[in-house]
Amino acid sequence: MCLFQFQSVMNYFPEEVLEHVFDFLTSHRDRNTVSLVCKSWYSVERFSREKVFIGNCYAVNPERLIARFPRLRSLTLKGKPHFADFNLVPDGWGGHVYPWIEAMAKSGINLEELKLKRMVVSDESLELLAKSFPNFKSLVLVSCEGFTTVGLAAIASNCRFLRELDLQENEVDDLKGKWLSCFPESCTSLVSLNFACLKGEVNVVALERLVARCPNLRSLRLNHTVPLEVLQKILVRAPQLSDLGTGSFTHDPDSETFIKLKNAMKNCHSIRSLSGFLDVNGRCLPAIYPICISLTSLNLSYAPGIFSNELIKLICHCKKIERLWILDTIGDKGLGVVANTCKELQELRVFPSDLYGVGNTAVTEEGLVAISAGCPKLNSILYFCQQMTNAALITVAKNCPNFIRFRLCTLDPIVPDAVTNQPLDEGFGAIVQSCKRLTRLSVSGLLTDQVFLYIGMYAEQLEMLSIAFAGDSDKGMLYVLNGCKKLKKLEIRDSPFGNMALLSDMGKYETMRSLWMSSCEVTLGGCKTLAEKMPWLNVEIINEHEAGEGEGEASCDDRHRVEKMYLYRTLVGPRKDAPDFVWTL
Amino acid sequence: MPADLNLRLGLPGSDQSDKSNKRSSPETAEDTASNGVPAAKSADDHETAPAPKAQIVGWPPVKSYRKSTAKKAETESGMYVKVSMDGAPYLRKIDIKLYNGYSHLLTALEDMFKLSIGEYSEREGYKGSEYAPAYEDKDGDLMLVGDVPWEMFMSSCKRLRIMRGADARGLGCAQ
Repeated sequence: MCLFQFQSVMNYFPEEVLEHVFDFLTSHRDRNTVSLVCKSWYSVERFSREKVFIGNCYAVNPERLIARFPRLRSLTLKGKPHFADFNLVPDGWGGHVYPWIEAMAKSGINLEELKLKRMVVSDESLELLAKSFPNFKSLVLVSCEGFTTVGLAAIASNCRFLRELDLQENEVDDLKGKWLSCFPESCTSLVSLNFACLKGEVNVVALERLVARCPNLRSLRLNHTVPLEVLQKILVRAPQLSDLGTGSFTHDPDSETFIKLKNAMKNCHSIRSLSGFLDVNGRCLPAIYPICISLTSLNLSYAPGIFSNELIKLICHCKKIERLWILDTIGDKGLGVVANTCKELQELRVFPSDLYGVGNTAVTEEGLVAISAGCPKLNSILYFCQQMTNAALITVAKNCPNFIRFRLCTLDPIVPDAVTNQPLDEGFGAIVQSCKRLTRLSVSGLLTDQVFLYIGMYAEQLEMLSIAFAGDSDKGMLYVLNGCKKLKKLEIRDSPFGNMALLSDMGKYETMRSLWMSSCEVTLGGCKTLAEKMPWLNVEIINEHEAGEGEGEASCDDRHRVEKMYLYRTLVGPRKDAPDFVWTL
Repeated sequence: MPADLNLRLGLPGSDQSDKSNKRSSPETAEDTASNGVPAAKSADDHETAPAPKAQIVGWPPVKSYRKSTAKKAETESGMYVKVSMDGAPYLRKIDIKLYNGYSHLLTALEDMFKLSIGEYSEREGYKGSEYAPAYEDKDGDLMLVGDVPWEMFMSSCKRLRIMRGADARGLGCAQ
């Protein structure tokens, strides 16, 4: 039956049926697709959609969102570009959530869930959020900033049905307020509470009482100020937890408190995910051995105090682990143990421990090869390493054709193959050729245009590519733009790509979410040309040095290289909240 | 493979060696707070092992949240002392507050420097082992590790030095 006939048949069904069918489509991509089929499907879909995902908050605006999806209940918004994580985007760039909350409040949207990533969230926003949506249930803030514990107090006090307050890696001003005590006695609905990123002390008595009266609490992540004694008491009250983030984990291992903790841990049969250890004494680790056997997720990447041999002893108990985040203090030897023990491993992240010195605690290609050989289910990796070789990458590619995410960061951004001194082109080439389902790739090390030829040729499913200090000429970038049909996000820094590459296929950028280029060869003139020809793109230039000095002639010269450019497709034209140092061309 | 040996063979016509100089920012950039104002570099940063390359803004690409947590953990808790080993090209730094006692400390040192230190005895020090751990106390004297109670050691130890057994013999004598 062709689409036309099928559509005619479908149109005999009342809208309720269509709506019911659409209920089964949970992915926002699928819902976006069905809304394009015809006008009536668009209409049914938009009235029934409750969850909306907006990958770039400046691609649309609150008014359009509300107009199209009046039944909106759950919103995910992302703000700043990814490289903002690494201090490449100055403060004040934008990504404010307030206008969104304000608009939804005014329009009577029944918001229940809000998930924000890399956005600026003020206390006013949180207060408005808390007071405007009586059914509000879930707030997840990832890598956000701009709020203090005052805003959190507003959420705790006002959201009567709050189920989830999940703060991940945010920069929060902790004014040592009593936010935790603001949860009223009537609040018994909490399922998930994560305040690991807060720096100040909390009222531990209030915390214990809160835990005691929330029988559905499944996930609890404490901050480093919560001592082990309190953790022990909490575990006694909440043995049903499935996800635990310890606070501080240091105590005299011979004390009674510690023995009580060990016993409490043994009773926690449901813990599958463990993190924290923000302050840790290695001799206390055996307390968690009983739960290690059931763990599927373990994050020790914030625990620099655990030594390689202690880590190894711990890992030996973790046979079912699927997700492991650790520091490179584990060493190649430790990774060998992981390879032998963790046969269910799917995602591995190895973070650098030595961020300021030049010590040699890091891992090398050996560890990566061992993991690839030992862990057949591995599909996602983030690996910071001292050195790498093409031979190792080729072996990894052969061992693991199932990578979805492959991110490699050599500590020296342009280090060549440690054995042959050649660029790492062949190694990454093998990865993209072998891993047909690769959607995210970060490359590093010494790389020429050749690696991009491979990426353009083979990485057919690639959606996000991160490039730094790589390539020789415009050809490199061209290979990628021409080859990677599914590319959504491209971020490039310190690479010799210029106007020729930027302007060769301007239509391509309308098929992508965004492009970031910093310290490359593109000029102001090139960016202006692009902006002129493509009205559906915002081409933003970030000029940190010029701000406040008025417009010096040099900076307006079209031949001048642009330090930072961020462009993205948008339906709503130049944004009105851009600060002085951001020029939208 | 020495970590500092980074031969770079550029392809003909490429300016690989220029690239890192052109792109990298001066070292204060690494400690720049997110508002662009360079933070004061603590003395610690200079004393950690030598950093021959200028540090690049945003590399390695670690979330600033993660960096500030690590830095905070380091400065807040630490009782950091330098550890030198005779013959090693550069020093290490450890936080002695992380250890519960001498055996824990010595095991860690053995692990870090890939050597064996052996058993301590009051009479003979670390006799028989290739290396002996010594420390510089508040008065500047070189002392053998293990003589005084652990807590006293923690508060008086300013610097650790792993000496070759032969050189340490004098320290091992009972009086």
